[in-house]
Amino acid sequence: MKVSLFVTCLVDQLWTSIGVSSVEVLRRVGCEVEFDQRQTCCAQPAYNTGYLDEARQVARRFISIFEESHAEAIVSPSGSCTAMVHHYPQLFADDPEWLSRSKSIAAKTHELSSFLVRVLKVEDVGASWSGRLTWHDACHGLRDLNLKSEPRTLIRNVRGAEFVELEHADACCGFGGTFSVKYPEISLAILDQKIEAIERAGVQAVVSGDASCLMQIGGRLSRKGSKVRVMHLAELLAADSRG
Amino acid sequence: MNHLSSETFRENARAALADVHLRGALKNATSLFGERRREAAASLPNWEELRSRARAIKDEALLHLDRYLEEFVRNAESRGARVHWARDAAEANTIICRLATERDARIIVKSKSMTTEETHLNDALEAAGMQVVETDLGEYIIQLAHETPSHIIAPAIHKTRGQIAELFTAELGMPPTDDVAQLTSTARATLRDRFAAADVGISGVNFGIAETGTIVIVENEGNIRLTTSLPRVHIAVMGIEKVVPSFADLDVFLKLLPRSGTGQRLTTYQSFITGTKRRATDEGPEELHIVLLDNGRSRMLAHPVTRQSLACIRCGACLNACPVYQQVGGHAYGSVYPGPIGAVITPQLMGIEKTSQLPYASSLCGACREVCPVKIDIPRLLLHLRGEITAQRKGSAAERLAFKLWARVMMSPLLYRTSSIAGRLLQHIIPISRAWTSGRDLRPIESQSFHDRWKTLQ
Repeated sequence: MKVSLFVTCLVDQLWTSIGVSSVEVLRRVGCEVEFDQRQTCCAQPAYNTGYLDEARQVARRFISIFEESHAEAIVSPSGSCTAMVHHYPQLFADDPEWLSRSKSIAAKTHELSSFLVRVLKVEDVGASWSGRLTWHDACHGLRDLNLKSEPRTLIRNVRGAEFVELEHADACCGFGGTFSVKYPEISLAILDQKIEAIERAGVQAVVSGDASCLMQIGGRLSRKGSKVRVMHLAELLAADSRG
Repeated sequence: MNHLSSETFRENARAALADVHLRGALKNATSLFGERRREAAASLPNWEELRSRARAIKDEALLHLDRYLEEFVRNAESRGARVHWARDAAEANTIICRLATERDARIIVKSKSMTTEETHLNDALEAAGMQVVETDLGEYIIQLAHETPSHIIAPAIHKTRGQIAELFTAELGMPPTDDVAQLTSTARATLRDRFAAADVGISGVNFGIAETGTIVIVENEGNIRLTTSLPRVHIAVMGIEKVVPSFADLDVFLKLLPRSGTGQRLTTYQSFITGTKRRATDEGPEELHIVLLDNGRSRMLAHPVTRQSLACIRCGACLNACPVYQQVGGHAYGSVYPGPIGAVITPQLMGIEKTSQLPYASSLCGACREVCPVKIDIPRLLLHLRGEITAQRKGSAAERLAFKLWARVMMSPLLYRTSSIAGRLLQHIIPISRAWTSGRDLRPIESQSFHDRWKTLQ
């Protein structure tokens, strides 16, 4: 299947290995991957902060670019940015033309684990990674895209990985986009609940589906000098300890 | 920690985060409520269907609110109730003070009512020279402490047992103890005496049934039963959104409300009050007054997006589920209605001028929407309000400019690329946001963007 990768601006700038891993995993399961160099952001920062005109502007651009693709699906290693694309119709409620265009794009756009399990029906991507790990449910993937079993299924099939459920895995990590800098103290207080749960889990790695949560969790773990590493699901699925 | 303003949410939250007693109390209470709710919801196989039905009933009631209200008033009055319409809080308080004064009331017992908290009725009654006694245990505690409720269904959730014991010793003169049974029975004895002496009882309303004119109130302590049946006069204060079409609708709501609120299958008491007593020999008040309060509700009703805020049945589940509320508690919001639903309702009731911090007091995690028994899309409403705030230029000017620039950059691959290179070069020179780095390390910008790496991947 031909897929167009929406890598997200965060991954593009701060965590390129997630993008590289996504390409590897998609190719491994037989996809032909294209990447449109014109892509930037999904518009979520503006949308979530209340700047709807700016959000519409950037969303229209996203739609126009990806409409040109002949790929059957747009795949993104982010539940949050995928959910944003799924929210586009809310931005264009009063604009019939863009409403319909946004709905078509939303229908084609999938988060990585959802694309693998729901669309391609692939539950084992042949990855191997040795160690004990846990999963943090990123909020938008979990509650906007209903991704709960999909990432867990993929993780359980990683050879050598011992998966343990995190206490309150579905609790927010406190990132919340601009929330994390508008109310840093609250954001940190929420985050510390997550960090405590991760410490109790006794794992080597915490895996999630969004770079934003991983930045938040990883930034705190590293500040505290913790040995637990953060890893994106794409990185785990691309891992192959056999070399 | 008292009577804080929504305008100082940030400072209020900071103070709350530094209060170890508060955070301990909050953690215990919200996690207990949350677990009980989850178990109670799981015990009903058709929970999701019930939520959808409840929302459909509320949507229908709100869409034809004028008709259902008229039907409710007609039926309540034909059974002996007197209905009063109040445009806003001041009008409601004037009506209630007048009713009480005309009846020479000196002592008023009140049962828990968020609507009367919203109108600050107690202050008005006390200013009119009356003694007001809150009879819900939690409300009684915060009345003694001269505080405001910090949770919709558990007003004293922020207090520890030890703090309550100290309060009772200071205010009621009881010997120091932190035995819950002793504390409760002391409150009970004091309150029983007030019930017997009260001239007027004031309650809220959970549901008003249009087809019968019945008001329905649920509770666990029995104080509402006493408030609404012992004094000669009962005044019920009801937001106009509380009306539901038919008695049969309660089948859904009485399953959802207690399970969502406290995790109970049924509350201990459910009072159904239809008009006044029919014969002189019957028990119960001689007069029933129902005050229908608008206070900004018809404004919420008018907008198709915000209308769903009025579907709220005040169960408090979204507060318990909210990661922000769990950390800062209710007082920080500076509003009668705290938590996610408070952040939605307060700006609509009070205007966004003084409440513009509240819609941003959320990580938009969606836990509130997940637990809401009437499926209110709270994150969507918060986003809508954020949009209103920026449209009315109530946000910061620097932020507005930043997003203008951001949009410019995101609209142009060239600018996007240039700023990425600039960021990479400058990140170790220009100071990065302390708001982030005060507690977290910041991931540096990669030496090569994915756009650049793609060339090697092809």
